[in-house]
Amino acid sequence: MKGTKESQRIYKMVMCGVLTALAMIFSYIESVIRIPLPIPGIKLGVPNIAIITVLYVVGTKEAITVNFIRISLTALLFGNINSFLFSMAGAILSMLTMIILKKINFFSTVGVSVAGGVMHNFGQIIAAAFIMGSSAILYYLPVLIITGTVTGAIIGAVAALVAERVKRQAEKNL
Amino acid sequence: MENKKIKRDAVLVLLCIIISAAVYFIINIYVKKDGAYAVVKVDGEIIRSLELNKNTSVIVHGYQGGSNIIVVDNGQVYMTDADCPDKLCERTGRISRTGESIVCLPHRVVVEIQGNTAERIDSVVQ
Ligand SMILES: [Zn+2]
Repeated sequence: MKGTKESQRIYKMVMCGVLTALAMIFSYIESVIRIPLPIPGIKLGVPNIAIITVLYVVGTKEAITVNFIRISLTALLFGNINSFLFSMAGAILSMLTMIILKKINFFSTVGVSVAGGVMHNFGQIIAAAFIMGSSAILYYLPVLIITGTVTGAIIGAVAALVAERVKRQAEKNL
Repeated sequence: MENKKIKRDAVLVLLCIIISAAVYFIINIYVKKDGAYAVVKVDGEIIRSLELNKNTSVIVHGYQGGSNIIVVDNGQVYMTDADCPDKLCERTGRISRTGESIVCLPHRVVVEIQGNTAERIDSVVQ
């Protein structure tokens, strides 16, 4: 990215705004889709397309901010305090994992997203087991890890395409 | 460099799937036995313990006033008439083996199958 400091700052701001909106639309779509497996805490992780794009195109701090805003607004609009708690637990673990893995540059976007998806489900189910005082809930973990891996890989591949296109567009316009 | 990363991605995916499949089978073989009781917890506290060999149905009031009906029928337990938004608890279906559970996250209700006395009860056929 060339361009002046000011134009880059504005670009980052606009990008965060657009991707927050996109993440919220994805959150809504996800809340409407019914996954045939009746397992607590199971999610497709579609909003992660937007979060990974922010992480790769804009930056770490911005990705954390966008994700936090997305979760808070989504809980406020379509959820409740319960869903907020569980999503937060999953999101914190997932964000941390993805940020660290992106920094050490060991995996591509797909690997980072897989780890993020798995840790998201892990965090949610641990929070649920803890809040509801039930270790039996943990027996859902194997299925949650497999679904997190598969959805994480698909989401990561899509996010890589989106991030690359957004980056190319930015280089052209700035 | 990119090729190497994609190979590592593939290894990560395979490892996740193999490890969780292994854990899944271990749980199914060593943990899941015929159960004897259904323990009902709301917000982390045990409120009922239902014998699996006595058909019954109880109404449970969960977190924030939600209600679920828990039915014991022929040694199996299921949830019905839940007024939670996701109805995940109803869709879980019937459970009967130790380690299995029905979870209603919005109401913070869990039904767990336990069976420390399973063998003794097994031998008493009605
Ligand atoms: Zn429910």
